[in-house]
Amino acid sequence: MEPKEYKSSIIERRKEVLSSLQNFGLKIYEQLDRGYFPSIDMPSRSTENIYYDPKFRQFILGDKRVRRSARNIRHLKPFAQLVWTALFSYELTSQRKTSTLRDVYYSAQAYEMTFKDQQESNNIITDLETVLGFSREDFNIFPEERSAVFGDLTIRYTVPGYEGKTLNLTSHPDGVMIGPALTSAEFVKTTADKVIAIEKGGLFTRFIEENVHKKFNALLVLTAGQAPRATRHFIRRLNRELGLPVYIFTDGDPWGMHIAMVIISGSANAAHLRDLTTPDAKWSGVWATDIVKYKLPTDPLDEIDMKRLYELQKDPRYKEDPLWQREIKTFMKIKRKAEQEAFSRYGLTYIVDEYLPAKLEETK
Amino acid sequence: MAQVTFEEISASDFFYRNRDIAGFTNPTRAIFAAIRELVENSLDAAESLKIPPEIYVRLSFEGEASKETQIYKLRVEDNGCGVPPRHIPSAFGQVLFGSKYKLKQQRGTFGLGGKMAILYGQITTHQPATIISSTGMSHIYMYRLMIDIQRNRPIILDRKVLLNKEGWRGTIVEFSLEGDYLRAMPKILEYFKQTAMVNPYANLTFVDPKGRLYKFTRATTVMPDPPKETLPHPYGVDVELLQRLIQVTPYNNMLEFLKNHFHRVGEITARKFLEFSGISPSKNPKKLSHEEIVRLMHMLKKFKEFLPPDASCLSPLGEELLKTGVLKELKPEFVAVHQRKPATYAGHPFIVEVAIAYGGEIPQKGGFLIYRFANKIPLLYDEASDVSVKVINDMNWRRYKVTPDMPIAIVVHICSTKVPYKTVGKEFIADRPEVRREIANGLREVARQLQRFLTRREHVDRERKRLGVFSKYLPRIAEFSTKLAGKDKPPDIEKLLRSVRRFGAEGV
Repeated sequence: MEPKEYKSSIIERRKEVLSSLQNFGLKIYEQLDRGYFPSIDMPSRSTENIYYDPKFRQFILGDKRVRRSARNIRHLKPFAQLVWTALFSYELTSQRKTSTLRDVYYSAQAYEMTFKDQQESNNIITDLETVLGFSREDFNIFPEERSAVFGDLTIRYTVPGYEGKTLNLTSHPDGVMIGPALTSAEFVKTTADKVIAIEKGGLFTRFIEENVHKKFNALLVLTAGQAPRATRHFIRRLNRELGLPVYIFTDGDPWGMHIAMVIISGSANAAHLRDLTTPDAKWSGVWATDIVKYKLPTDPLDEIDMKRLYELQKDPRYKEDPLWQREIKTFMKIKRKAEQEAFSRYGLTYIVDEYLPAKLEETK
Repeated sequence: MAQVTFEEISASDFFYRNRDIAGFTNPTRAIFAAIRELVENSLDAAESLKIPPEIYVRLSFEGEASKETQIYKLRVEDNGCGVPPRHIPSAFGQVLFGSKYKLKQQRGTFGLGGKMAILYGQITTHQPATIISSTGMSHIYMYRLMIDIQRNRPIILDRKVLLNKEGWRGTIVEFSLEGDYLRAMPKILEYFKQTAMVNPYANLTFVDPKGRLYKFTRATTVMPDPPKETLPHPYGVDVELLQRLIQVTPYNNMLEFLKNHFHRVGEITARKFLEFSGISPSKNPKKLSHEEIVRLMHMLKKFKEFLPPDASCLSPLGEELLKTGVLKELKPEFVAVHQRKPATYAGHPFIVEVAIAYGGEIPQKGGFLIYRFANKIPLLYDEASDVSVKVINDMNWRRYKVTPDMPIAIVVHICSTKVPYKTVGKEFIADRPEVRREIANGLREVARQLQRFLTRREHVDRERKRLGVFSKYLPRIAEFSTKLAGKDKPPDIEKLLRSVRRFGAEGV
């Protein structure tokens, strides 16, 4: 894709976010000005209103809506908190400053809009996401970051002080943290033709050391466990904007499998949001069938692992592709699990030399 | 065989040997009882003239008596009716002599208390008592007396007559006694506080041995009507009383007999009763046989149409005064008082008055504060045995939204011509079903009033809180949305706040 196009997408999106925040304020202002108790409607996030949509290949919210009204004494405080959060987000976004969930919780106290606890402020932020249909990262509110990216991709920053500066993501051997600055950066150019997402830091470092990015012409993304939303959004952009296929490598257990699934199809918690999923991404391993095929050293699946497998078996996201059901059944049959590091029994480079090329080919 | 000797003992001697039953059990109780008996006499003396009592009590240290007890001089002064000079020696130096044998409500009952105090002082210190009194006429009389215990006679050691130039009226009693003030102090102070509560028209001053002054100032000069003497009520008579009445009656027919010797029996009631009992109105009461007298007593008890005894022989505090007293001494946020209609037990009229006080300076102590009174006397001992405590414990308070952790004080006052005390010490009231019922009904009434108050307050609180939330957050919403929308001027939310107020509670 054209670099120019990438640029406009980031800037356009910020404009959209700002104007939707402003419209939200205007709507409330006008209701007040006409002498009405202001109220807003938003889709209900209760479990009975969360559906899996096979078309979008993610969870979405149904038609049920809830109304928050300032006439209702119980809604009044959350309503004020919501408007404050919108104002705070507007100021962040327009001044191009970022903030963490924790910051929001503390900043509120300066406005005498105290939240009872972090959970309460997180809920209000989710409300704002639901009302406006943008995710908190769009309002420059980020959770604590721990995921990273490495590979031949040149980005151009849009954050204040770095505007226009470019960076090649191979420039730091530990990788570059996927934080607010990177998330809001434009993609300039890349030679990579695929993305490999990795669950664990140890393997991510091994791949860099073993030049996986060069050997396989790949961008490496460390999800560090369950991928944060910013990382999921980033992977989606790599897929959509650069047209790169995405391969996900996790531990061979129900939890690793689900890390891949959330990158592909999203989570129920984010049913009110779009643009966090990468439906075409592939889970490349470690599969249950790989455990058998490669005779990996294993641990037994415990009770909680088994319970999780039964839950996943019924989950609509796992009914999309027969691969999932096949792997779940295999796990249930062998009752064993294996970590990515298990390949080390065949030598430290086996995973890069043998397993990786085979799996990339298999899940192409 | 041993010779059994029968010996007549005098009343003084009897009480000397049995001083426990009058409350002079030990040095602590004795000093409390002495103060209490004299203060009660003084209150009665002032009330009989419907004069707001002015009572001064001083207890001063005289010397050590033993390791634990001391000798104190007790002086009690009042502005009461005074004692006629010829009665002074007997009134203060002869046990069971007194003005309290007629049927009307008074604090003391046996004419015993004041003399017991003096007797106790004499026994423990061998000092005479000084009595100074005047009825407000031209002279003041001063006596120094001791009691001849065996003969129950006053011994006059000295007598002075002074000119009453300033027209003073009242009585001063001063004598020494052994006691333990330090131990008795909490009860004595509590006694004064509670006495001030049910006698809100009295000024009480107490100077203790350390020279500390305790002053309880009256909150009103309104006083209850003094009690009137009354005839026996037909429900309360026994065969003995009937026989005595028949002996002394000047009337020679039953109609007049009934009309003139019984409380609230008039022509119509007397005729109805005679018809009911099948006794001829013209029958001469002196001709009644013993069996007929017994039958008469039973019929008197069975007849349903006697009017209840009226309260004229009783002197309850009244709702206003009780309220004044409770507000004055407990300083609560809320008080409800209720006076029951007169009732009778065994023919003795009585009136129950109750109050319930909430909040303010009443402490929260995990249970109700209970104040018990009988004929305006605080009852401070044996709370657990008292009928009102039983009634309070048996009540279903949750029905009235009342829980024991609330700051609540309950006052129960019983007045009667004969308070059903369990002991001569006058500490607690016996569990009579009639009394129990009256207390329970009275408490229910004030509990209902308290419930209404609590509900109303809860409502007002809720409204105030509601308004608080609106006036806190609506301006915020206006402020934030103004900034967010990029407007200069905030929207006018006064109308909205007014509309909240209009639906809100009045008076907030």
